[in-house]
Amino acid sequence: MWAILSILVENKPGVLFKVTNLFRARNFNIDSISVGVTENPEFSRMTITTYGDEKQIQQIVKQLDKMIDTIEVKRLDEHKTVYREVVLFKIKVSKAANSMEINKLANAYGAKVHDAKKESIMVELTATPDQISAFEELVKPFGILEIARTGIAALQRSGA
Amino acid sequence: MSGSKALMKALEKEGVKEVFGLPGGANLPMYDELYKSNIRHILVRHEQSAAHMADGFGRVSRKAGVCFATSGPGATNIITGLATAQADSAPMIAVTGQVPVKMIGRDAFQESDIIGISNPIVKYAFQPREASEIPEVVKKGFYIAETGRPGAVLIDIPKDVQQNEAEMRFPDEVRIRGYHPWADADVSEIERAIDLLLSAQRPIILAGGGVIISTAFSELQSLAEMLMIPVVTTFKGKGAFPENHALSLGPIGMHGHAEANKLMVEADCVLAIGTRFSDRSVGTFEEFEKNLKIIHMDVDPAEIGKNQTTHVAVVGDVKASLRIMVKLLIKRALKKSDDNVWLKHVNEVRDYWRQNLKIHPGEMGAAKILRKLREVLPKEAIVTTEVGQHQMWASLFFDVIHPGTFFSSTGLGTMGWGFPAAIGAKTARPDVPVVDIAGDGSFNMTENSLATSVLENLPVIVFLVNNYSLGMVAQWQRTFYDRRMIGVDQKNCPDYVKLAESYGAQGIRAQSLDELGKAIKAGLKSDVATVIDIPIDPEEDVLPFVAPGTSLKDMILPS
Ligand SMILES: Cc1ncc(C[n+]2csc(CCOP(=O)(O)OP(=O)(O)O)c2C)c(N)n1
Repeated sequence: MWAILSILVENKPGVLFKVTNLFRARNFNIDSISVGVTENPEFSRMTITTYGDEKQIQQIVKQLDKMIDTIEVKRLDEHKTVYREVVLFKIKVSKAANSMEINKLANAYGAKVHDAKKESIMVELTATPDQISAFEELVKPFGILEIARTGIAALQRSGA
Repeated sequence: MSGSKALMKALEKEGVKEVFGLPGGANLPMYDELYKSNIRHILVRHEQSAAHMADGFGRVSRKAGVCFATSGPGATNIITGLATAQADSAPMIAVTGQVPVKMIGRDAFQESDIIGISNPIVKYAFQPREASEIPEVVKKGFYIAETGRPGAVLIDIPKDVQQNEAEMRFPDEVRIRGYHPWADADVSEIERAIDLLLSAQRPIILAGGGVIISTAFSELQSLAEMLMIPVVTTFKGKGAFPENHALSLGPIGMHGHAEANKLMVEADCVLAIGTRFSDRSVGTFEEFEKNLKIIHMDVDPAEIGKNQTTHVAVVGDVKASLRIMVKLLIKRALKKSDDNVWLKHVNEVRDYWRQNLKIHPGEMGAAKILRKLREVLPKEAIVTTEVGQHQMWASLFFDVIHPGTFFSSTGLGTMGWGFPAAIGAKTARPDVPVVDIAGDGSFNMTENSLATSVLENLPVIVFLVNNYSLGMVAQWQRTFYDRRMIGVDQKNCPDYVKLAESYGAQGIRAQSLDELGKAIKAGLKSDVATVIDIPIDPEEDVLPFVAPGTSLKDMILPS
């Protein structure tokens, strides 16, 4: 089972270490992680996606909650949440026609094209992990040179 | 005021009267202020022992014990002590020196990243970077160490922060927004727990260490007596309930009492109080919860469902929860029924095993020497143990009558804990006798604390169950490795009587039960530590035994 955890933490040195160390020490997995300061500079928000059975995920939430530097731990319902990840793909261009096709695909997915060179194109896609996987499959045949992902950022919808 | 002076003031404000420690370059400013303060310094011969002393002090007084160590090796030497205290939820504060702020990260002389090293084994760690932070850090440190589920807190202070002058403000109270040590138990859950307990055919109470930590002794006893439900404990919970009580069955687990394990397996509903369902207590998790309804009371919400599936969870301080439970029962005006089928059966099983458990035939068999100790020792005496066979024999054959007088390293299983912890306990309770039930291997690990005991006038008794070997490991090699004995023979070295005497302590060898009784009495009267060397049969095994990875019903009994 996949889970998105939104963790509000004290914005101070060492907290990221403690959170990730907790996952390691308790045999949990981090699938993706993103961290950034919130509207209140005293806090950071970590968004962590993880896999596990229901019991494990409940344990992760409780163990995170128990940490003194965490203010609030929420398990987000993906149906009531906006969650997005930014990915940069560097894709190989072996013939000119490919460049056009990649541009088309990028358009279809609402991705931005950066740095279009003769031998490669960089595409920036902001989407859900499923959409990202789908896009990745489509561009794989061209040859993916490099990928960089930010990890998921997520917020619950108002009133949800 | 300097950071160091602020540290002493803050410690005094917390009521600290003694610290256990050993100085070095990076904590000299602290020591200089300690010199000027009213706090007593108790010098150890190894920092690990300072940590265990603070831990023992904390478990007995329920106020965090404090230890001091210098940076680098001083700090790394206390790691085992921090981990031990944390594993057993004991309140403790360790204050370490650190290299000056500007030197941190440059691999300076005696620099170790103690914050990083200790992270997974402490409840919290602080490293104040400004002298002015110290009063609040100390206040928060005690608050975290002593409240909720207690634990070990590290305060690492760079040398320049100790020396720097700053304007100090000493808060009377602190709040930590991410820390909520107490939840009020949900009364409706307690009602559900009562309903479940009352509807059970074969209910049992499992008392864990949480009962001792929250001193819920009288509440537990009232509850058990009102409902006439038999009580087993975990090893950590040993002595949460008087072991001479008619409803007491003793500890369950790997080396639990035969009657306790047998009846635990038969129960259909358990009220588990302040326990984390350690594998040593319950065997395999899946087997334990089969056909068992579990009501779990604990202060730590993360313990609910961690190892066992619970039917009813009551989160909150167990003393408060039990109080509410007893009140609700009084309201329901329930009559205790002491003649039900289950209780009759419980009594039969218990009586059978109390009479028929085979024990070692020799005069100095484990059961006999430990019963002798119980016979001679006053009820209010405090007992600690080391780790190994002697510890499990203590669990099996030494009945704790006065609740909360028995302490052991149950979670981490740290050899060498018992003796310094006994000295810490004696510091907290100089008015009662303190005995460390020891094995020779464990005692070797911290025996140099004899110097502290003698010089600091903290006399304790070391009840040394001497099988000249690392007996517990030897037992496993005999049982599981076809007697391929390796690394367990300690031979007759050292001579413990001479060792004790060389420190100015009293050394007595006891080779009969009569000599043993006299030796214990001599120890109780002595002004210095007494080491009673008790040679036993090195081949004696601890039984019953639930082999690791098996379940309580597979308990191996003495044949
Ligand atoms: C620090 C540490 N090292 C190793 C062990 C593993 N261990 C568990 S019991 C034991 C033997 C203990 O020997 P002793 O203190 O003589 O007690 P006995 O079993 O003989 O009663 C050992 C080595 C441990 N628990 N702690």
